[in-house]
Amino acid sequence: MAISLTSAAAQRVEKFLANRGKGIGLRLGVKTTGCSGMAYTLEFVDELHDEDMTFESHGVKVIVDPKSLVYIDGTELDFTKEGLNEGFKFNNPNVADECGCGESFTV
Amino acid sequence: MALLQISEPGMSAAPHQHKLAVGIDLGTTNSLVATVRSGMSTVLQDEHGRSLLPSVVRYINDNEVIVGHQAQAKQSEDPINTIVSVKRFMGRGIKDIADKAHIPYRFVSNNASESPSQGMLQLDTRAGLKSPVEISAEILKALKVRAEKALGGELTGAVITVPAYFDDAQRQATKDAARLAGLHVLRLLNEPTAAAVAYGLDNAAEGVYVIYDLGGGTFDVSILRLSKGVFEVLATNGDSALGGDDFDHRIYCWILDQTREQTPNKQPLNEEDTRLLLTKARQAKEWLTDNDEAQITCKLSDGYAIDVVLSADTLVELTQNLVNKTLSPMRKAMRDAGLELSEIKGVVMVGGATRMPHVRHAVQDFFEQEPLTNLDPDKVVALGAAIQANVLAGNRSDDDLLLLDVTPLSLGLETMGGLVEKIIPRNSTLPVARAQDFTTFKDGQTAMSIHVLQGERDLVSACRSLARFELRGIPPMAAGAARIRVTFQVDADGLLSVSAREETKGIEASITVKPSYGLSEDQITAMLKSSFGAAEADKQARALAEAKVDAMSLISAINIALEQDGHLLSESEKDEINASVKSLEQTLNTEDSHAVHAATEALNETTENFAAKRMDASVSRALAGKKIDEVDLK
Repeated sequence: MAISLTSAAAQRVEKFLANRGKGIGLRLGVKTTGCSGMAYTLEFVDELHDEDMTFESHGVKVIVDPKSLVYIDGTELDFTKEGLNEGFKFNNPNVADECGCGESFTV
Repeated sequence: MALLQISEPGMSAAPHQHKLAVGIDLGTTNSLVATVRSGMSTVLQDEHGRSLLPSVVRYINDNEVIVGHQAQAKQSEDPINTIVSVKRFMGRGIKDIADKAHIPYRFVSNNASESPSQGMLQLDTRAGLKSPVEISAEILKALKVRAEKALGGELTGAVITVPAYFDDAQRQATKDAARLAGLHVLRLLNEPTAAAVAYGLDNAAEGVYVIYDLGGGTFDVSILRLSKGVFEVLATNGDSALGGDDFDHRIYCWILDQTREQTPNKQPLNEEDTRLLLTKARQAKEWLTDNDEAQITCKLSDGYAIDVVLSADTLVELTQNLVNKTLSPMRKAMRDAGLELSEIKGVVMVGGATRMPHVRHAVQDFFEQEPLTNLDPDKVVALGAAIQANVLAGNRSDDDLLLLDVTPLSLGLETMGGLVEKIIPRNSTLPVARAQDFTTFKDGQTAMSIHVLQGERDLVSACRSLARFELRGIPPMAAGAARIRVTFQVDADGLLSVSAREETKGIEASITVKPSYGLSEDQITAMLKSSFGAAEADKQARALAEAKVDAMSLISAINIALEQDGHLLSESEKDEINASVKSLEQTLNTEDSHAVHAATEALNETTENFAAKRMDASVSRALAGKKIDEVDLK
């Protein structure tokens, strides 16, 4: 399995990285918090940790730590617009239940 | 599903903890709101994809206000109730407004004595008297709504920009407007500073930068010095009646001249045609930024067809003297700052009118260097404010330097003879506190009047009066023996508080400077309260309803439990629970959510023992007669 980006998401990430002027890729992860157990994190990456796993999708490096990977393996990250709002969305096949807002989830 | 943004490493927010912060450019002609998303500063658009919100507010009746494009469209139809350029009146009294004759509004002076806003200007509209603070708040509310829709949540705070030359009264008025709109002001930021931040100059080499801001109706030039991450305003100058609109008007007059040549006895235009032609003039001006010729065609209401071609060269001919009018303020600013052209490290262009090539050329020729133009000049101030808001809201790591602002004008107090003693000199970095000792002037003097002033001049009459207060109870002493320490303190928003302390007896007096034309705390609170009044009642009703629902579900659960497992309890225990249920039921007839809540808690406590007994009973039921390996321990 792996982590992938849609081409829309990849384009945005490339643009944001270029605007930021530094960073080697995008880190996806989970942390245990939130109303339904776990929450996604999405961060720029400046340095790699030893245990990090790196995937590449549409030319963008996606970095995940192995602990997070078990919860989000197979995820496709998309970039969408909802009305005036826009942002990234996790399409995660492991999710059993989400809180109403979708910011946290259980597997 | 919530949409996520990319955070800085290690700065991911917990769910529902995103700190949504925006930068707001509250402009004379147009206003914008921007935010930082995934590390990138972007201007937020409305449903129609428009970035600019015209700073126009129209009062339709007591309850209905419209802001922006729709209000702007009614400007000539309903001029008295359609307020444009309200920024010019912020923190001003009637005597400050120079050309009242040319403004359609009905100005009223607030004469309520004892009110801190006495003397403040108000506008008489269909919806009653409106202060510039209230009108600006309507613009801010519209931007807030737009931002909350676009960001999908409530705003943590906002950075709002103000012109560098705004005095304390104007800054306070801006802050009051934000509070009235329900915005938490993280900081007020000088517009030229925001533009410099948008270009990342705060991370650039130290040096002197010029901000050339030619907006719709105003021209400002500011000279900033960046040192150790702090922008200090060296000089500002400008022309409050020069902007892109004047260029449109020149083209408009040219079109009329052309048609008169063809049809000498053409009737004068009605208002609708005037507006149409001004719009065509503006479109032609914008088209000529990238093209050599603009064709202007339209049909007037009397069927007359206009068809003329405006060349870029003609535009330059028509408007070069307007461009030249910006040169003299630039020269003055350079002279005030005492700088040579060679000392200027960069020039930033702000305002839509700076897109015109001949404006750029004039600036380039004047400063002998190419100005910075790669950011959209309409958006650059809002973009910079958003970057600053993002830092102040705590979305960046600590090593990012917090940009500081400086006091725009010196602050001081009146001394004998109508002179001003400066306590905090202009361009002090904020926040700042300075103290100075003063003494009595006469033998046996027991009180001292402290008059706080803002300005650069030495005479009280030439400075702006901000506040007065008295220190009483000074012990009678010989003149010059008392020691009175006066402390001036300016917070990070540029707002001032002053305290005076008599050192021997320790008596004190202090004032937070509500500048002469600000709104009082009480007035703001009252305004806010009235808008929240209904909300509070709703909230209480909701709390009561929720508490009653909780209580009723608990009562029914207990009744069921008593039916099933009542035999586990002694009679006295049963009586106790029943009594507790009764007292909860009684509170259900009241309107007191706290009482309901407390009785629910009490019942919960009384039945704790019962719950434990039931648990034990059900466990032993489940385990009765089973071997250990038959028990499903899952």
